[in-house]
Amino acid sequence: MAFKRVPQKFNASINKVVVGTGDKTITLGGENVLPFYTFDAPIENKPKVGIMISDTGLDKTLPGIAAFYGDAESLVDVAKKAVTAEGADFLAIQLASANPDEQDASPEDCAAACKAVADAVDMPIAVIGCGNRDKDAKVFDKVAEALSGKNVMILSAREENYKNVVASAGLAYGQKIGAESAVDINLAKQLNTVITQMGFSGENVVMNVGTAAAGYGYEYVASTLDRITAAALGQNDTQLQMPIVTPVATETWNVKECIATEEEAPDWGSREQRVIDMEVITATADLAAGSNAVIVKHPASVAVLSKLVNELI
Amino acid sequence: MALKGLDIFKISPKKNCKECGSPTCMAFSMKVAQGAVSIDACPYFSEEAKAKLNEATAPAMKTITVGAGETEHKLGGETVLFRHEKTFVNKTLYAVNVCEGCFDGKIDSIKKVDYERIGEREYVEFLNVQFTGDKDKYVDLVKKAKEQGRALILDCKDVDAAAAALEVCADCKPILNGATPDNYAAMCELATKCGVVLGVSAGDIDALYDTVAALEAAGNKNLVLDVTCATIKDTFATAVQVRRAAIKDTDRTFGYPSIVDVSKICGGDTTLEGALASLFTMKYGSIIVMSEMKYSEALALYGLRQNIFTDPQKPMKVEPGIYPLNGADENAICVTTVDFALTYFVVSAELERSGVPLNLLITDAGGYSVLTAWAAGKLSSGSIAKFIAENDIENKCKNHVLIIPGKVAVLKGELEDKLPGWKIITAPNEAVGLVKFLKELNV
Repeated sequence: MAFKRVPQKFNASINKVVVGTGDKTITLGGENVLPFYTFDAPIENKPKVGIMISDTGLDKTLPGIAAFYGDAESLVDVAKKAVTAEGADFLAIQLASANPDEQDASPEDCAAACKAVADAVDMPIAVIGCGNRDKDAKVFDKVAEALSGKNVMILSAREENYKNVVASAGLAYGQKIGAESAVDINLAKQLNTVITQMGFSGENVVMNVGTAAAGYGYEYVASTLDRITAAALGQNDTQLQMPIVTPVATETWNVKECIATEEEAPDWGSREQRVIDMEVITATADLAAGSNAVIVKHPASVAVLSKLVNELI
Repeated sequence: MALKGLDIFKISPKKNCKECGSPTCMAFSMKVAQGAVSIDACPYFSEEAKAKLNEATAPAMKTITVGAGETEHKLGGETVLFRHEKTFVNKTLYAVNVCEGCFDGKIDSIKKVDYERIGEREYVEFLNVQFTGDKDKYVDLVKKAKEQGRALILDCKDVDAAAAALEVCADCKPILNGATPDNYAAMCELATKCGVVLGVSAGDIDALYDTVAALEAAGNKNLVLDVTCATIKDTFATAVQVRRAAIKDTDRTFGYPSIVDVSKICGGDTTLEGALASLFTMKYGSIIVMSEMKYSEALALYGLRQNIFTDPQKPMKVEPGIYPLNGADENAICVTTVDFALTYFVVSAELERSGVPLNLLITDAGGYSVLTAWAAGKLSSGSIAKFIAENDIENKCKNHVLIIPGKVAVLKGELEDKLPGWKIITAPNEAVGLVKFLKELNV
């Protein structure tokens, strides 16, 4: 008796969300099968890999980073290099300088920096805030205005600031909004619901359902992604059908496996390889559990993840 | 299909004799259906009925035991496709290739990765001993590999060489990963004779299915399935469909653990190999074979595995105790939080980032987060004071300053009463604020 295939094709699908303008747009989502299950049905839009740069500079103590970015110092020059990274689908700009506890850059300065980058590169853009909810709302307002017409992803709106972010960046300036919740399917659904209740179409929303580095409570991330995918496809839950974007680098670079110097942890070997492996292994797990786009920082991570995705689809 | 309680009740003796410990046959049948008791607890079930039940209630995926003594491991036995549905049972294990000529150069780096993470030993559990064409040299290689305290996989499709290798290592119960559609009959005989698990590969899901069916027909159900194909895409498709067929569609022909050899499909790119190891840890590799296990990969991969294979119903805990950070000694100040692993990791990472020497006191809080532990009475001024007394921290630490989590600021007053002479300081509510807080702390 031959093996009987039982394909698991769902009657529901993930929303398609287009980011960017002109020839270089990317489309996230659209699939009606589990991640990489091309044996059940074709997957039209591959998961995407974003390369993250920060406006507070580069870690040039890592030889690979120093070699790749060369003498690029300004955010614009760094961005121009970043978009040449092999396999990069979009550029993510982290506005770390806005953090009120550190540099406290003004929303106007952040907007001007983003505008300069957007004028210099033609790759789709995601903007990541500094993490302070109040400040992010103010920064996103100015950034979304400066980038109006560029169709960027604003990452992200959270429970505490979604009203301001959605009203300004989403409704007023027509950008895509990332809805960020803390690793819980119910919180993710609730945030999507209140955002769409503001009259903002769920078709323009992507989700960041939270992330963690591998080994750091990652089981919650994996199960949240699994459950959201199951609800979106299996139960046709329209409030959970937004594509998922996971900013992996914002977590992985801060764990001790990636911070410890080679002097502090001689057994662990090259710090750069630790940084890459932590990003790649965490991002792969995110993709396997249902993320439609991952954001990493090291160009070598971008290349490997892109290769993996191309091999699988 | 698993039988329902009522189906079992229909063929039960219906005597209500209570000898099985249940009040009625109906109650007993329900318990059997849930898997709570074995059918053997009832002395009156007919043999015929038992056989029918055993067939129907046997797990969809077998648990296979490999190795012997300290190298013994269990594989498979999974009942769900996603951990949130219940839990995964047997974690993914990792193997690294060794071959004639590369053994001496590799064994030290394999052994270097060996450490403990939250109560679990993290190391390369298997050596995948590759056959490269010379039988005598293979036997020598297997002898050397056997001395390393790891379980073995004999990666050998040559029946003669496999037989010779098993003569020197059958007692350590290796996996003989050698059966193919061409040689399965001879391999099956050899594996059965030596009492070892047989690995089956075919490079193609249909051929794999047919070969497994033929081996089962020959009476061998002590198998693992090597799902590796020529490409990454086909390997993933095979790994997923094999597991899904077994668990979702209860197709028992595929109800065996799997081996995925990512060293064969990564094209020599070792970073991609790490990504593939992550992919197959998430999706259904029971054993993952790699060309090497770099320390940098191990740190992420073993962390991932430990997370994925935790029981969702039980919180992960760290051992209560005193954890000196940033080179802390008896003069460093103390800081405390709960034993919930996630809290511990987040808090300790921030504390380390601050660079301030600290003694981190982890009390037994039942594995709950700060607020939950407080609400459940597991974290209180009493529990902290008791921990400090029992561990003689009064004398071990000269600097009597204790920082408590911001979320339990309410304990400050009580602690000051219970710990006279101590200065109690409240930390911020969120771990992310700790670095700034500690750098500005003036004590």
